[in-house]
Amino acid sequence: MITFWTLLYKELLRFWKVGFQTVAGPVLTALLYLVIFAQALAGQVRVYDNVSYAAFLVPGLVMMSVLQNAFANSSSSLIQSKVTGNIVFILLPPISYLEFFGAYVLASVVRGIVVGLGVLAVTIWFVELKLALPGWTLAFGVLGAALLGALGIVAGIWAEKFDQIAAFQNFVIMPLTFLSGVFYSIHSLPPVWQVLSHANPFFYLIDGFRYGFFGVSDVAPATSLAVLAVSLVLVSAGALWMLAAGYKLRN
Amino acid sequence: MSLSVDEGEFFGLLGPNGAGKTTLINVIAGLTRADAGSASVMGADVVGAYRRARRMLGVVPQELVFDPFFTVRETLRFQSGYFGIRGNGAWIDEVMHHLDLTGKADANMRTLSGGMKRRVLVAQALVHKPPVIVLDEPTAGVDVELRQGLWQFVRRLNHEGHTVVLTTHYLEEAELYCSRIAMLKAGRVVALDSTRNLLQSFSGLQLRVRLDREALPEPLPAQVVARDGSLFVLKLKDYRDLEQTLARLREAGLEILEMELEPPDLEEAFLHLTGRGR
Repeated sequence: MITFWTLLYKELLRFWKVGFQTVAGPVLTALLYLVIFAQALAGQVRVYDNVSYAAFLVPGLVMMSVLQNAFANSSSSLIQSKVTGNIVFILLPPISYLEFFGAYVLASVVRGIVVGLGVLAVTIWFVELKLALPGWTLAFGVLGAALLGALGIVAGIWAEKFDQIAAFQNFVIMPLTFLSGVFYSIHSLPPVWQVLSHANPFFYLIDGFRYGFFGVSDVAPATSLAVLAVSLVLVSAGALWMLAAGYKLRN
Repeated sequence: MSLSVDEGEFFGLLGPNGAGKTTLINVIAGLTRADAGSASVMGADVVGAYRRARRMLGVVPQELVFDPFFTVRETLRFQSGYFGIRGNGAWIDEVMHHLDLTGKADANMRTLSGGMKRRVLVAQALVHKPPVIVLDEPTAGVDVELRQGLWQFVRRLNHEGHTVVLTTHYLEEAELYCSRIAMLKAGRVVALDSTRNLLQSFSGLQLRVRLDREALPEPLPAQVVARDGSLFVLKLKDYRDLEQTLARLREAGLEILEMELEPPDLEEAFLHLTGRGR
């Protein structure tokens, strides 16, 4: 277990040492979203009954930050290590692929949750928010971060250049999170977009996370949790296969 | 290629660029998967028993790599932990002391010079006290002072029983430290013998003489490897050949104005074996 804890600690220290960029930056971004969108769209977007638009927006922003930062943590750590060559420091020791996977995913979850709590801490002052069902929020927050952490491993191993990670982030992660209902309830969308939104796995993550706050959601939380669980299993299996096979890591 | 290094040996892997030295090391270290065949470290297969094999092995990679997020001490502590060792501070301090890194223990890796970074790579390979140490070009781009200190430390580890495998472009280093050498060319072993035998088999003494005339008695012209006017470089089989050669010059009435004897060196054996000789 020393091997696993060391790798986990290294990954945590890595993002913590540049906390201004990895924690404070995303918190400020989320705060700007809240200020701008809540001002611009209040009264124009129909969300749940008895829930203000700003209150609706906050859990979405928290979860979006959790997901994006969980992905950024594992993917950027791996691509940096690969490009600079210091990946050999973890390829030479007797680290099993399960330890590797566990440490990188857990570090991503911690970063996601730390950033999420940071976003919550600065946005909570602008809205009245209650955690109706904290268990659901916690489950979606942690499992959602784990899913994106595992996806970050897949992307980090697959990519050979920083450009490719940036492309993955800009053309996959960002559109999927922005179109997942962070800024609106899908019920306010035309029917075609409602159907398309159901094909976006991130929609279920945001919706389930938000359910924990308001006790209402666009789809049943159990359905969202099932989508999340299946996605987590599939992406983890892919990441574990890559690590076990040494795909793009060991020639 | 089939190759085995004995326990406690100081073994050299030599060969021109692209000969397969680093590939061979990467296969042993598990960084590259071999298309065919197998490799083992102290009896542990590098694929089947990779955890045991890697625990036995300390590798100093050729590339000057480092993690810019951490200090020297953090880097060494992490490396120690990856091998499942906690509370390794005393040994880490000792390794840093021998590699003259103590003063830089809390410096960020980014701030170190190339030579210092190289020392940290050596220290990283040694944190888990591996019985087998593989040094892939450890002195490339390193100043003379560090080179001396590094070899002193590595020799001490070898005397304490650690097996050392070395690749280097500095043939004099291999000649000085390695008891046995494998020369590789295009992925094959072209010579594998003790350093002494290699020197004797493929290299010889060279006698450099300047004479008072531009002439040589028979059969000495056949031994000439270079000539510039009355300056001749003659190849000798061994030291016994020297006496006879000098006697022939004397009998021919030639006077020696200058004389220099060059001992056998690995470079000549290397050039001969890798097909780059004159």
